[in-house]
Amino acid sequence: MPKIIYVDHEGTERPIEAKNGETVMETAIKNSIPGIDADCGGACACATCHVYVDEAFMPKVGEPEDMEQSMLDFAENVQSNSRLSCQITVSDELDGLKVTTPESQH
Amino acid sequence: MLNNRRGNRSLDLSQSRKIVIIGGGQAGAQAVQSLRLFGYEGDITLVGDEAALPYQRPPLSKAYMKGEMAEDRLYFKPGSWYEDNNVETLLSQKVEAIDRSAREVRLEHGGHLSYDALIIATGSRPRALPVEGAALDNVYDLRGLSDVEHIRPKMIEGRNLVIIGAGYIGLEAAAVASQLGLKVTVLEMADRVLARVTSPVISEFYETQHKAHGVDIRTGARLASLKGRDGAVSHAVLATGEEIEADMVLAGIGILPNTELAEAAGLPCANGILVDEDARTSDPRIFAAGDCASRPLVHYGRRGRLESVHNAIEQGKLAAAAIMGKPRPTLDCPWFWSDQYDLKLQIAGLSTDYDEIVVRGSPEDKKFAAFYLRAGRLIAVDAVNSPPEFLASKKLIITGAVIARERLSDTSVSMKEIAAEAA
Repeated sequence: MPKIIYVDHEGTERPIEAKNGETVMETAIKNSIPGIDADCGGACACATCHVYVDEAFMPKVGEPEDMEQSMLDFAENVQSNSRLSCQITVSDELDGLKVTTPESQH
Repeated sequence: MLNNRRGNRSLDLSQSRKIVIIGGGQAGAQAVQSLRLFGYEGDITLVGDEAALPYQRPPLSKAYMKGEMAEDRLYFKPGSWYEDNNVETLLSQKVEAIDRSAREVRLEHGGHLSYDALIIATGSRPRALPVEGAALDNVYDLRGLSDVEHIRPKMIEGRNLVIIGAGYIGLEAAAVASQLGLKVTVLEMADRVLARVTSPVISEFYETQHKAHGVDIRTGARLASLKGRDGAVSHAVLATGEEIEADMVLAGIGILPNTELAEAAGLPCANGILVDEDARTSDPRIFAAGDCASRPLVHYGRRGRLESVHNAIEQGKLAAAAIMGKPRPTLDCPWFWSDQYDLKLQIAGLSTDYDEIVVRGSPEDKKFAAFYLRAGRLIAVDAVNSPPEFLASKKLIITGAVIARERLSDTSVSMKEIAAEAA
């Protein structure tokens, strides 16, 4: 099972065993990771699951689709490595992925 | 005392040892999570009348109904979470009564639960079809997981599905069914779809989209009865006498708040259990959250009942915060969404009593927004495949921004610029 490492805005790391096929958001919710609310449950409708993706994983995670990109444009404190975690699906390739939650979501 | 500022009706409940939550929907589940997040360490008992642990309802008429989402992804938390967090879940159990003087909840199966604080999150139930034949086989409501378990195996290509009611639930189900190859007819009494919840611009757009997908939308159509064969539905009969073939009928004609327990306990209700800004009822130990509650709509200066995920989450948090004496969470602008075909509709605000509509973009592009203004102020938006319009409006509605209509309708001016000008 791939491991996803959730880092909060203060730098605390929480490594979680994730299931392939679930999203980075779902894995966070099921493991009560603070800073990821995901009010809409993953419908790409609310932008409350914003994370920063570790630069090393950016190529593997891929580009956001248009819908997600335009949601991100209005999220707070957006960076070039911002993604909505409900749109990232866990796979073996993402083993070791580090995502950081923005301070504004805490 | 910290929560004195919450007014005379408040009571310090932060030392509670026993909290009971009636209802395992979105609001009940949120209250449980927020209580633990806010540091509550006492007992929590969640009583739910469904067999399943708390799950998300929105996918039931969308991805889950279509078979694109596995069941385990519906659940907010795995079963182990409740054990790990010392939350007792009493499933398939109904509450018979709330005894406020004894501070007890009586269960239908016998037994009672005493409480220091109680959260009523009993939700709502589908309005029953008021016609003969409604009890025939293959006639369903669409509310819970068990409904979809019955409906889904019968979503078979080529079959005739009649949907009663062109609200969001009915239209979402129509989109799923037509994509699965069923012959879908939607019967709506009003003269347009979504008549209760949106403007003619949006109604017309969705009617056009459904028709393009082969859905037979009948507005101004009054259902007279359902006709059966061997106990199962065979036809929907209209007031005109016309009969429409039906292998299955889905009813989506609105919901009614489950307020009976609260009413019987003497809590004031008026289309919902009346609560204050902290989700507190007239009894300082009892809160109500979600579909069943009538709450102050602070951005609109009136009270109302909201049927939405946002509302359930927000009120679950409000109740937990009030119990724990935490600062009141910031109130968001009401928001909603609906997925049909390749269309994501995002709604911010409440458009009731708008006096002007400004359309930005073009419905033909399947990417446009309808802004609703009242006395020049933005009060709501329906945004189709247009997240910037939705997200910018959520903030502008809260601040009561006055925005020049020429700017709103001009797509060469970005929503970012519009938001910045209004700030």
